[in-house]
Amino acid sequence: MSPLPDIEIKYTEIFINNEWHKADKGKTFPVINPSTGEVIANVEEATRTDVDKAVEAARKAFHVDSPWRTMQPADRGALMRKFAELLRRDIKYLAQLETLNNGKPVHDSMGDIGLSANCIDYYAGWVDKITGETIPAGNGHFLYTEHEPVGICGQIIPWNFPILMLAWKLGPALACGNTVILKPAEQTPLSALYCAALIKEAGFPPGVVNIVPGDGPECGNAIVVHPHVDKLAFTGSSEIGRLIQETAAKHHHYRVSLELGGKSALIICEDADLDYAAKVAHQALYFNAAQCCCAGSRTYVHAKIYDEFVAKCVELANKRVVGDPYDRNTEQGPQVSEEQFNKILGYIEAGNKEGAKLECGGKRACDKGYFIQPTVFSGVKDDMKIAREEIFGPVMSLLKYDCYEDVIKRANSSSFGLAAGIVTKDLTRALTITKRLHAGTIWINDYNTFWNQAPFGGFKQSGHGRELGSYGLEGYYEVKTVSIKLA
Amino acid sequence: EIKYTQLFINNEWHKAAKGKTFPVINPSTGEEICQVEEGTREDVDKAVEAARKAFDIESPWRKLEPAARANLIRKFADLLRRDIDYLSKLETLNNGKPVGDSKGDILGSAACIDYYAGWVDKIAGETLPGAHDQFIYTRHEPIGVCGQIIPWNYPIMMMAWKFGPALACGNVIILKPAEQTPLTALYCAALLKEAGFPPGVVNVIPGDGPECGNAIASHEHIDKVAFTGSVEIGKKIQEAAAKSNLKRVTLELGGKSPLIICEDADIDYAVSVAHRAIFTNAAQNCTAGSRTFVHAKIYDQFIAKSIELAKNRVVGDPFDSNTEQGPQINESQFKKILDYVEAGKKDGAKLECGGERHGNKGYFIKPTIFSGVKDDMRIAREEIFGPIMSVLKFDSYDEVIKRANSTSFGLGAGVITKDLTRGLTFAQRLEAGSVWVNDYDAIINQAPFGGFKQSGHGRELGKYGLESYYEVKTVVVKLI
Repeated sequence: MSPLPDIEIKYTEIFINNEWHKADKGKTFPVINPSTGEVIANVEEATRTDVDKAVEAARKAFHVDSPWRTMQPADRGALMRKFAELLRRDIKYLAQLETLNNGKPVHDSMGDIGLSANCIDYYAGWVDKITGETIPAGNGHFLYTEHEPVGICGQIIPWNFPILMLAWKLGPALACGNTVILKPAEQTPLSALYCAALIKEAGFPPGVVNIVPGDGPECGNAIVVHPHVDKLAFTGSSEIGRLIQETAAKHHHYRVSLELGGKSALIICEDADLDYAAKVAHQALYFNAAQCCCAGSRTYVHAKIYDEFVAKCVELANKRVVGDPYDRNTEQGPQVSEEQFNKILGYIEAGNKEGAKLECGGKRACDKGYFIQPTVFSGVKDDMKIAREEIFGPVMSLLKYDCYEDVIKRANSSSFGLAAGIVTKDLTRALTITKRLHAGTIWINDYNTFWNQAPFGGFKQSGHGRELGSYGLEGYYEVKTVSIKLA
Repeated sequence: EIKYTQLFINNEWHKAAKGKTFPVINPSTGEEICQVEEGTREDVDKAVEAARKAFDIESPWRKLEPAARANLIRKFADLLRRDIDYLSKLETLNNGKPVGDSKGDILGSAACIDYYAGWVDKIAGETLPGAHDQFIYTRHEPIGVCGQIIPWNYPIMMMAWKFGPALACGNVIILKPAEQTPLTALYCAALLKEAGFPPGVVNVIPGDGPECGNAIASHEHIDKVAFTGSVEIGKKIQEAAAKSNLKRVTLELGGKSPLIICEDADIDYAVSVAHRAIFTNAAQNCTAGSRTFVHAKIYDQFIAKSIELAKNRVVGDPFDSNTEQGPQINESQFKKILDYVEAGKKDGAKLECGGERHGNKGYFIKPTIFSGVKDDMRIAREEIFGPIMSVLKFDSYDEVIKRANSTSFGLGAGVITKDLTRGLTFAQRLEAGSVWVNDYDAIINQAPFGGFKQSGHGRELGKYGLESYYEVKTVVVKLI
């Protein structure tokens, strides 16, 4: 592996009120480079009293007479666009930082940052277009709705797309005029803290965006239970999502949106172009080292093309370049942590034990860091662990089917419902299946194509609420109805 | 320095087909600034061809991702701001408005363009519930080649109001600036090219109404025409559109907008609102508050204070930063306005101040106030487009609403009162596209603007402003 580039870590403190703070309890936590397993830096660890400080700052910034609240909508948009500009300006450094902390190949980090800037720009365009209605009543009344910012938004984001998840959260929240307390994942706080500096540079008033690095049980929990947080948004595992919703309810918080896990089905039909379909299936699963909530992790293949398809998947998997994420040829970096690494190897063992056929991979890759070989299991059955549970690792599961009605049932028989895909030349079949799949996003002849203007989110236990698009705004404004009797 | 005086077609500069030019006048002096190539039917045909090519389904413009189209549009806004110093001087040289006003217009224009850039990836159709084996949806598609004819009172801003929604929806444009004020439109054409718009997406053809404008309104291959200007010409354009290919028409025409000052209004505040409602832009404003209804209880006070403000209004060289009011746009307007002064006197209104030319060069007119105006006088019925305030007395609110509405126009209206119940009730009953309560001429990019009745039809600005720039296609797919 090539020697690591010399990347300066500029920000390791807690960002509140446009200032940098040390943790109240005086503790820090280590941030690991998953390519090597070594510590990159120590970051101040926010706990309850730091969260309290942040909420206080966010409240002040949300006061009805504050600069943020009295700003013209278009000026709010201009600030957001400035932030997007700064993301693009510092893309080289930021990409290196993201790769150092998360392990994804540098070109993927660059792509993420470009998408993040576009997302912020997209929402900057909404600021002066979020309208209420005037509603017909009699002539003696004036009846209308206002869409007002909901208030202080607690946002907890995961480690798989650190900057992109930050953009998806800040975009709609700021567009609607809210203030934010964001907790980046404890595995990947570094790029969020750098973005905090950019937000300050862009000119956002103090307290509008606050970033508190810390863990889930102390810091995340403090945000969830805080009486003055008006809305919660969480992206992460279903397990924690459930806990958050429970805890929130116990503390009388009802505005909670969740983007959780998935076990998304990709259905390859008999008429699919095999080379194309194999490529789609490959990307659907392995993209981002398979650390994708919507990863196509159940690949249903029609019996007529099964054997040939399996062979093509194995070929592609064997060719996949796993290694140093700073190497331009690398397609797959390490998994994000030792914990994930072990969990994935555990699933591979389960696959072997339960009788799936290991076609390739199945072991660690490289001898440092948390790299795993692209793995393919064939002959997978619906009731196997690897077909039911979210692995979040590069393990492709190929399942055979021969009846379309049946495969739709099998695809839907999951407690998840985040995404799905269909590869076929027959658009009638595609549209018919689409109507029947229980998934928040369905890709036809494609996978993992995201649009800032199209909503994304889950059916069933994959979460509730939508991000992106105009729908993404809905969780960030409160509707007020006003009825005036004109005496 | 006048850089651009030719026709702008396909991102290139062309001389006029007929080889003629027309003079552009500086209204502050009456002198010629320069000659500009005069577009006629043949030039319009060339522009239409370029626009049609740029609109072809396989063209770069049609294939652009929405976000990329938004970036181009925002780039244009950036360039407007970059060149604001030069552009504002050019606007003032050609139009006569004070340089500070020109700067404000350009900033407003850039903000308008930015506003519409934000809409590009948000113009959504719908999917609709149908039978279980149907997939039904609508598409909002660009209409095509849009002819846009704009007036001389806000040359750059009127261009921005037209470009914004048209480009946001993915259309292509042929713009004819007013023959009085073509210079800034041509400079903006160069900025569009610099911003990176593909050739043919925006074309600018300077020329007159009867030849050039008419060629656009009656063209068989222009899909839509948008016109801002007088009612008289608006009617001609609608006729020509119908007679040719039934192209879609939107019109922003004139007004005779009432401003109602209630008895409980703060007098000083009301007087200042009424003053700018009429005199802004030398009263060359389609929404000018040109009928000032004042409650009997405060009438005398109102008149006295208004006269004071009018007398203090600084009329003169628009390049002087103290100037508040420049010249009228040209000799023809100048004469027309002075004729109305005579009509006012003849009909028996009382001339309180002004009523004559200011200075001895250019087309300056003193801020003028008539009191004791009656609803049936010419100055109370017809659009003057000049700095003449007409004050009418009222004492019954029910009656003043009727009087305010008894006009064939319906563009704007204002009411000044501390009683918001009265204000909101007026808002319900005034027949005007824009109603301002305790304000006037509050134009906001996100709020629609347009007229009731003969003040036009269709709306500009806001989301509504997009509606006349896309065509709705319904698709029904049967899943067999």
